[in-house]
Amino acid sequence: MAGQGDAGRAGARVPRVELRGISKHFGSGAARVDALKDVSLDIFGGSVVGLLGPSGSGKSTLLNAIACITEPSRGRMRLDGDTVYDNRWLRPDLRRLRLEKIGFIFQFHNLLPFLTALENVRLVLDLAGWPREAARQRAAELLDYLQVGDRGQALPAQLSGGQAQRVAIARALANQPRIILADEPTAALDSERAGIVMDLLRGVARKNDAAVVVVTHDEKIFDRLDEIFYLRDGWLVPPEAAPTPPRLAIASSDMRL
Amino acid sequence: MNLAWRDIRHNLGRFLLTCLGVGLLLGIVLSMIGIYRGLVDDALVLVRAPQAQIWVVEAERRGPFAEASRLPQDTRDMIARLEGVAAAGAVTYQSVEATLGERKLRLNVVGHELGRPGEPAALVAGRPITRGHYELVADRRARIALGTTIRLGRNVFTVVGLTEGQVDSGGNPVVHMTLADAQRLQFELEGDAARAQAARGTGRTPPTVNAVVARLAPGASAEAVAATIRRWKHLSALTQAEQEAMLLESVVEKARRQIGLFTATLLLVSTVIIALIVYTLTLDKTREIATLKLIGAPDRTIVGLILQQALAIGAIGFFAGAALLVNLVDIFPRRVVLLPQDALALGGATLVVCFIASALGVRLALRIDPARALGG
Repeated sequence: MAGQGDAGRAGARVPRVELRGISKHFGSGAARVDALKDVSLDIFGGSVVGLLGPSGSGKSTLLNAIACITEPSRGRMRLDGDTVYDNRWLRPDLRRLRLEKIGFIFQFHNLLPFLTALENVRLVLDLAGWPREAARQRAAELLDYLQVGDRGQALPAQLSGGQAQRVAIARALANQPRIILADEPTAALDSERAGIVMDLLRGVARKNDAAVVVVTHDEKIFDRLDEIFYLRDGWLVPPEAAPTPPRLAIASSDMRL
Repeated sequence: MNLAWRDIRHNLGRFLLTCLGVGLLLGIVLSMIGIYRGLVDDALVLVRAPQAQIWVVEAERRGPFAEASRLPQDTRDMIARLEGVAAAGAVTYQSVEATLGERKLRLNVVGHELGRPGEPAALVAGRPITRGHYELVADRRARIALGTTIRLGRNVFTVVGLTEGQVDSGGNPVVHMTLADAQRLQFELEGDAARAQAARGTGRTPPTVNAVVARLAPGASAEAVAATIRRWKHLSALTQAEQEAMLLESVVEKARRQIGLFTATLLLVSTVIIALIVYTLTLDKTREIATLKLIGAPDRTIVGLILQQALAIGAIGFFAGAALLVNLVDIFPRRVVLLPQDALALGGATLVVCFIASALGVRLALRIDPARALGG
């Protein structure tokens, strides 16, 4: 059985996300749907990778598996060197793991509407047990870093789309996560703001040595991805067989219609 | 960071409106309890007013409140002479309807002997009855001013004194008059009937009363005196405790059960309504709860959010209901008695109800898939 804290393999660079033979099926018998089939990949710190594919290809299932909210059916998964899943063995404290190691960015920011921008960021730190004042200070610094420091007391409804997404990024970064999962983070933004958000994520990935995984159909940001993983019918398509970015964008757009 | 409070603050208007609705419901529950207390209180006022220890009534009767009772007036002398009895007084009780100006009044008339047990309780205005005839002491609930004259039967009476809180079990105000006046009002026949009786050669019957009340000498046993009366005088005798128990059992019991059932039903309805409110509030926050779960909030944070809001709805609703009732208590036609222990009990029951009601919302929240935050 794989243990925890098995990160320190001397000399080797540890991937932030390490998947080996991950499969996931739903249902059984005639109703069985194989959402992921034998997916293996490594994502290293400092990189921004795209998870692409048409609808129903398994992108969401793979993202949910990495987010520790969907248990794979088979395979092995390590996050930041810690084994999370190993052929039916599932690490028990996934909530804590998500809180400490993973940051989430959503398509529609998903800020809590009843908390101010500052409180939304502070919430993650409160949950992690940070002292009150230290949490407030860290949240304020993050908002400043993302150039929305002056909007700290505003409720999400009082923020523009771009500002709200920056606050959401600040929330995702609050706990200095090793992995950032972004689900269509630029879909609701125009080209200029989408570029700014992606540049921010690239900056964070480099600065914190974090792995950023972006699920997207947005061709505006393809040029800002370090690597692309393309999924089709649950399979990870080898890079040489994957569509080139322009074709990929068209295919994705078609699939979304 | 208290998420429940921040969410409430964000939707304050809707939340307060919800609390007001629950408050109205709890106000009705509290008023039901108050009405019951008032009913019991009112029922006991009349029986406690003479401050007697023994009630003597017609043999084989449970009078004078639960059943009719009629005794010769001289029974009082017989009772007063018994060992252990310090004082005795004859009393009558009857309901009459009178008209005062445009207003119809239903009154409970108590006839008593001046200077003997059965006299009205402490007056809050005016003076006691001093003349043998045609004077009344009325309760304030009758809304009759001092000096007012009112016709009862064939005679006109003047109100000389006022009492406070003296009503019968039906909530009707009590008026006191001399025994002689009360006997005339209750037992004397109208002119035609009296002439017909005289024509049949029937003589005047000795004056009668409904009961004799007795106060005991220090150290005397009420049970022993009552047993003596029952054994040697062939009369029914009840101790004060027996009279009160009988009154509650026979006069108030059904009302008590009815109000109790109604109160329990209202509490059940409140539980269902609060459960639905909490469930709806939770449904409205599905995405927020999914986000909280996804970013690593423990279940206790999410349960706390729902439970605290449910308890806040209950607590604010309870205080709103209680405040409303306290301010409107005087417009109830019957007395509503609000006891601190009843309010505390209902407050506790409300919190329990909210706790139970939140279970539905908590169950929903715990089943929300964090993947919903990702749109999956």
